[in-house]
Amino acid sequence: MAAVPRQPDLPPPAAATGALGWVRRNLFDSPLNGALTLLAVYLLYLVVPPFVEWAILKADWSGTTAKDCSRAGACWVFIGVRLNQFFYGFYPVAEQWRVNTCLALLVAFVVPLFIKRFALKQWLGAVLLVVYPVVAFHLLVGGHFGLAHVETSKWGGLSLTLVIAIVGMVAALPLGILLALGRRATNMPVLKALCVAFIELWRGVPLITVLFMSSVMLPFFLPEGMNFDKLLRALIGVALFEAAYMAEVVRGGLQGIPKGQFEAAAALGLGFWRSTILVILPQALKLVIPGIVNTFIALFKDTSLVLIIGLFDLLGSIQAANSDTNWLGFSTEGYVFAACVYWVFCFGMSRYSQWLERKLHTGHRR
Amino acid sequence: MSQMTQPGGPPKRPPPWNDPRVRAITFQVLVSAGVIAVGVYLVHNLLHNLAVRGISTGFGFLDNRAGFAINQSLVHYDESSSYGRTFVVGLLNTLLVSGLGIVFATILGFVIGVARLSRNWLVSRLAAAYIETFRNIPLLLQILFWYFAVFLNLPPPSEALRVGDSVFLTLRGLYLPRPEFGDGFGWVALAIVAALAASAALARWARARQERTGERFPVFAASAGLVVVLPLAAYLLAGRPVTLHSPELEGFNFSGGVSVIPELAALLMALSIYTAAFIAETVRAGILSVSHGQTEAASALGLRPGWTLRLVIIPQAMRVTIPPLTSQYLNLTKNSSLATAIGYPDLVSLFAGTTLNQTGQAVEVMAMTMAVYLAISLAISLFMNWFNARMALVER
Repeated sequence: MAAVPRQPDLPPPAAATGALGWVRRNLFDSPLNGALTLLAVYLLYLVVPPFVEWAILKADWSGTTAKDCSRAGACWVFIGVRLNQFFYGFYPVAEQWRVNTCLALLVAFVVPLFIKRFALKQWLGAVLLVVYPVVAFHLLVGGHFGLAHVETSKWGGLSLTLVIAIVGMVAALPLGILLALGRRATNMPVLKALCVAFIELWRGVPLITVLFMSSVMLPFFLPEGMNFDKLLRALIGVALFEAAYMAEVVRGGLQGIPKGQFEAAAALGLGFWRSTILVILPQALKLVIPGIVNTFIALFKDTSLVLIIGLFDLLGSIQAANSDTNWLGFSTEGYVFAACVYWVFCFGMSRYSQWLERKLHTGHRR
Repeated sequence: MSQMTQPGGPPKRPPPWNDPRVRAITFQVLVSAGVIAVGVYLVHNLLHNLAVRGISTGFGFLDNRAGFAINQSLVHYDESSSYGRTFVVGLLNTLLVSGLGIVFATILGFVIGVARLSRNWLVSRLAAAYIETFRNIPLLLQILFWYFAVFLNLPPPSEALRVGDSVFLTLRGLYLPRPEFGDGFGWVALAIVAALAASAALARWARARQERTGERFPVFAASAGLVVVLPLAAYLLAGRPVTLHSPELEGFNFSGGVSVIPELAALLMALSIYTAAFIAETVRAGILSVSHGQTEAASALGLRPGWTLRLVIIPQAMRVTIPPLTSQYLNLTKNSSLATAIGYPDLVSLFAGTTLNQTGQAVEVMAMTMAVYLAISLAISLFMNWFNARMALVER
């Protein structure tokens, strides 16, 4: 018997492997999908080339006045000239190092919290929550230790946005936890009713009416002659508003903890506060980290609303720069710049939350 | 839990400061006293301040003459109308922009949510890019962009962008032809109602037949045909009773036709595009929430993919989708209050803005404004509770 010589394996058909195969599988595997692909390519053709041409190819990058812009494309000169104002508002130039120091301190305190092997996280967290706000407040406001006093009406730009967002986050989370605990306190009906009323009241109205109230109505409720800072009033409004949303997120986490955990903590002899802080909250908060970060993102976007009550946050200072008579007609550049800045912050936070969700997800995955 | 009986009589009662009931009552009394004290203090200050500034309380101001003009009103309004009328105008404008926004955002959101799950790589990536771009940019920024950078940069009426001879887009707004209903339109309306009733009856009959015999009837195609053909026939038989009036350029602006002010157009654009990104995520989450086993079971039963989607996936996905969808609708309604940034005369901008500034009745005006939003959101949460109770899985 003559052995049949073994044929070498044929390569797979060219149309099923490599780039061509990928294109066939993912873009043209049915007539409908082929049509959709062509439609999508056409849409991209309509949007992308003109935008690239406007934003990069025909854009003007250098100069100092509006006359340096050809107006054939974007005029990034406008952003360059106003960059300082977009970042610091009207904070005096000589004092801007104070804002920078605050930011640098914040970064220095926050970054180690994200390093897995850093050992002193709890201490650092405590410093960040207790010491840092005091230091930052004195640095920004001044008036002590030879620092010149800077009125909050001069604060502005991205730094003001960050101040509102950070203060809002730091105040809203503990307040929200307390409200959520109150709403779950079935043995104290009066307290529960108060918390439910508070949460539903704030969640039922738009933030803008809350800010209006803080700027128009609050003076009526204070004793005559007593008045406090516009920024502080906005901060209180934002913090209370977001606390109500945070409370609902945290309540979701509390509901996800099985009853056995409460009973086990009670059986160990832990009282209410100790069982809550040591047993319940660590698990409940872990469950709802994505929800908490989503609330933070919403809060960050909501900070832009303060422009309506006359504070110059990032969007507010862009809006002010757009109405400068020397620079009329460049509002698109301003908005695109602001959109990029907001987008980077929000997208970063949302990616972080997705990463956390994956890291904490220990169930089955398909 | 079983209580161990201690030797020597019943268990000792804890001292009052360790008794949970006593502590709960004490704590609640303290909190209520604190809340009441703060409330009394604030009201006292309020009454004092109002007295000092000579502002009279009460809702009498609603009958006074407003004396300012409003650039969009769904009901009759002129400068001699009362402040109460401005409330109605603002409320209707808020409802108008919210209603239209909900319709547009739902359509766009469903399309993008389904596209996000498409097997087509490019389509799914485009949908993802849309979602990630628009939901990470503050809504207020988008509203300002559409208003100041797009609509106010459109050409003036004399050089209007046009679609055919009847739709014009200018920096003064969007002009559409206005339909005029002549005699005999009643027949068309009657035909529409009859077609809808017939389709409902058809659906009932088909369902009953399917339950009895298992045979399916093409209900959707048949009712679509009814709804199109019957009114069309009535329209032709009644001698085409609808005529379109195109807007025409007269002097510096268009007249005739329906005009959409640029504020409304910009607000609607921004609200729909922004909310659609969130609705798309909701839709995607809903579809993904139906476990893969359901699809597999459906194909094991021999259902075709289209039927699997319609009969198995979507009914289950709706249960998960509708509650977050309604809360997106509520968000859209509340977000429409950002209209005040571009001067669209909604409830907040008109009533809590202009009316409040003119009358100085801050407390009454803010209370009325917030009550409207609270009423809307309570109504929507009542609906949601009802829906959840109806839709909840009945487990044994």
